[in-house]
Amino acid sequence: MIVRELELDLDAFEGPFDLLLALVLKEELDLRDVDLAGIVTAFLERLAEREELDLEACGEFLVLIASLLELKARGLFPDENAELAELEPEEAAEELARRLAEYRRAKEAAAWLRERLTTEGDRFFRLGPAPLAPKVSTQLAPQDPEALACVLQLLAKEPPEVSLSHMALRFPPVSEFLERFRALLRRRMKFDFETEVAELTRLEQASAFLALLELRRAGELAIDQAAPFAPIRVSRLGLEAPPAKPATPGQKTATPLAPLEENRDQEERTAAWTARSA
Amino acid sequence: MDSPLRLIPADPLDRLARTIEALLVVASTPLSVEDLAAAADDDPERVEDALRLVADRFAEDRSGIVLEHVAGGWAFRAGREEAGACARLFERPAQRNLSQAALETLAIIAYLGPCSRPDVARIRGVAADSAVANLLERGLIAEAGRDTAAGGAIRYRTTQLFERVFGLESLSELPRLDDVGADAAEIRDRLHAVAERRSA
Repeated sequence: MIVRELELDLDAFEGPFDLLLALVLKEELDLRDVDLAGIVTAFLERLAEREELDLEACGEFLVLIASLLELKARGLFPDENAELAELEPEEAAEELARRLAEYRRAKEAAAWLRERLTTEGDRFFRLGPAPLAPKVSTQLAPQDPEALACVLQLLAKEPPEVSLSHMALRFPPVSEFLERFRALLRRRMKFDFETEVAELTRLEQASAFLALLELRRAGELAIDQAAPFAPIRVSRLGLEAPPAKPATPGQKTATPLAPLEENRDQEERTAAWTARSA
Repeated sequence: MDSPLRLIPADPLDRLARTIEALLVVASTPLSVEDLAAAADDDPERVEDALRLVADRFAEDRSGIVLEHVAGGWAFRAGREEAGACARLFERPAQRNLSQAALETLAIIAYLGPCSRPDVARIRGVAADSAVANLLERGLIAEAGRDTAAGGAIRYRTTQLFERVFGLESLSELPRLDDVGADAAEIRDRLHAVAERRSA
């Protein structure tokens, strides 16, 4: 980013920064008319457009704007000593006398005020903040009544009801799953826990897992997992697969399926229950 | 058949005087005749007549409340004899502990205002920033536009409160300080005397 190419759009000047500097130095442009804050803003805007802080540009800009500020300040407050120094000694004395006289007048006026403060020291009166109603009321831009009605309607609308469903969160009973797993194990020697609960909701899965642990504790089944996060194999006690040899598709096909008929009722109920709670 | 009772109309000017009293007792700044006339819905000349009635009722030594013409308007204030009692209960922050610098600055702004801080500084020879800030805070001066010259420094003028505190009907009541010519001559002579002594 090159500071000198900074495009400016000010009241007194429009164009690159470089040109502004040149005009000021040639005294073709009066610095007192130039809005220096505008230049700073323009620079900051340009700076903000970039991802990275361009330190070099910042430094250069600081030096330039500082010199401009100093120049402008000097222009605004003429050096009084220099003014006096330019005068002839006689004139300088005259000017000094005039100023001292003016100051003496100010002192006299101040003295009069102080005396007045003493003589009027017994004046008490009511004071209040801005007591008069404003005479000129602020004029609003003309408003369309229809638009106002629309906005009011928006405000008058009932807010959507806040859902409280999470307050009534209930875990499905563990006992339901106890029965279900027992039925399953009567049918099959072993099964995958994940496969069985895949269709269920998360809450139901949690209950199902608790049921599984419960059955394991009661010694009704064995649980086997080849590795952390591997599928949990559940088997009828006594028919556990050796832990060193994880389940393979071959083994799975060899596993005899339990007869279905006696469990159909149970399965239907479970399916219905699942559907209900889903 | 005519009613035997006849309503005797109150003196209309007295009626207006009562309205003016009401307006003034509610007001916390002086009200101009125009303000009063507009509020009372009457014409300014009659308001002035009515004000004379009110002033007669609320005069020093006759009433604890006194009507006064101050700061370009009319206002009630406490009677001077009651100042002691008022002072025990009420503070007057606007005029308490006004420093010499503040008074000089105030004087310059009162006489030459609206004028800017650089104007004040030029006359007093020191920066006027803190004195001006102090007077602003007291409400004795207020901003009044900007210098038309380059830079556009903020200019200040004295407020209505200033006139009230100092008991002035208007700024034109400030005493004339026009003997500056004599002053300047005297100071110049003294300067010359000092210069001669030094060169000798």
